[in-house]
Amino acid sequence: MPPLPAAFRFSNRRSLLKFVLPIAIIAGWELLAIWVNNPFILPRLEAVAAVLLSPTVDILGNGSLAANAATSLERVLAGFFVAAAIAIPLGIGMGRSLVLHELFDTLMQLLRPIPPLAWVPLALAWFKIGLVSMVFIIGMGAFFPILLNTLDGVKGVKKNWIETADILGAKEHQILSRVILPGAAPTIWTGLRVGFGIAWMCVVAAEMMPGTNSGLGYLIISAYNWSQVPVIIAGMIVIGIIGIGVDYLFKVIDRRSFAWRELER
Amino acid sequence: MTLSLEHLTKDFAKNGQERVPALADISLEIRDEEFVCVLGPSGCGKTTLLRIIAGLERPTSGRVQIDGMVIDGPSQKLGMIFQDYSLYPWRTVNENIAFGLELHGVPREKRAKIVQKYRDLAGLSDFGNSYPHELSGGMRQRVAVVRALAVEPSVLLMDEPFGALDAQTRNMLQRELLNIWEKTKKTILFVTHSVDEAVYLADRIVVLTQRPGHICEVIPIDQPRPRDRTSVEFARVRRHVLDLINQRCSFP
Repeated sequence: MPPLPAAFRFSNRRSLLKFVLPIAIIAGWELLAIWVNNPFILPRLEAVAAVLLSPTVDILGNGSLAANAATSLERVLAGFFVAAAIAIPLGIGMGRSLVLHELFDTLMQLLRPIPPLAWVPLALAWFKIGLVSMVFIIGMGAFFPILLNTLDGVKGVKKNWIETADILGAKEHQILSRVILPGAAPTIWTGLRVGFGIAWMCVVAAEMMPGTNSGLGYLIISAYNWSQVPVIIAGMIVIGIIGIGVDYLFKVIDRRSFAWRELER
Repeated sequence: MTLSLEHLTKDFAKNGQERVPALADISLEIRDEEFVCVLGPSGCGKTTLLRIIAGLERPTSGRVQIDGMVIDGPSQKLGMIFQDYSLYPWRTVNENIAFGLELHGVPREKRAKIVQKYRDLAGLSDFGNSYPHELSGGMRQRVAVVRALAVEPSVLLMDEPFGALDAQTRNMLQRELLNIWEKTKKTILFVTHSVDEAVYLADRIVVLTQRPGHICEVIPIDQPRPRDRTSVEFARVRRHVLDLINQRCSFP
């Protein structure tokens, strides 16, 4: 029997499988849109594509798709970095020192179950509408996954690694920078990845807060008020694509830098 | 250099209050360049003994001295090799060997020279840029040995270092360890539960009893090296050691 053409071999078939549902949904969507025939409920594919394909054109006086996406990204990065800058040192401290752990543990357990968006009213009351509120809410979303993974990572550092460094004469700061940090890095990275994902969800939701006037979340709400369903859907697609893109970046760096974690026995 | 253990005892707290003795009154003097094997059943406190000497744990009473200096914390006079590979998986072989030197601020060029010397000593000349996960178990343990040696401790403490290796690799590493020992003139304290290993390596075998471990026998092995495991003489010595253990040290 001749070998199957490349496209039908299993590995290729498997990667093709990934696209079956999205393509089916797009096709179904188009058919459904033709059948519904009401652009305010379900616009045609072309209408959404038109918005997506001209990302630099102003929409409803709110700026372009690209500009709003950039605004959202800036906000999420600001919140994300603030969260990481607090959560990583705190996580390392709590992982290394029983005193710090006992001191912060209860507070963290209490705060953790509160959804980031439940902070919106307080954030508005404390910081008014603006970047600080946004950074606060986004930071709240990103903080706990980063903290918990850092803590986990630090506790997972093998005792042998630390004791070896001890015997070789390492000082505490050397143990931190040369053993704890690299040893916990893969897990911290996972925390950053999860944290960014949540931060990205938070920014879009936070931009739907009253009084906001830019960002992808705002664009979607504003499009809703103007019954611009194609813009809503295009905005959602952009949110999804940016989310996937950043996550992919995290994964690529993970594979490159932390290969040892998987290969370590 | 002399390493002396003076009346070491160690109790562990169990359930917060009850004290469980792990080591009872261990006294021993180890001479310069001596190869001593500590032999004992599992759970007899051999590892605890080694950890106390390394300064990783404090004895409940008694003390450890090197050349009259009391050890009360990790000291660079002592190197330690653990049973499971304690190599840093994110560091290459070179970087692992260089680790201790980096800690002490040895300049890069000097470091590279020392690393090369020890890498060659370990027979890993071609593996400087390999990561631990690319090496076999035996190779990893060689790296661990020379990483400890690179900072030039006077005593090497080894905690069942070859316990996780297959028999052939194990025999090979024992031979290599003796080579390294002869070249570097270290004092070695080697913990094992294998009579065969102890007889092959040691100048003296210190036999511990079951928990709480105390020394029940110190057996000098006078056979010249290299020892031949298959020889009648070796079998005789091993027999002698086993007999002594059975008669006086009550462990299977």
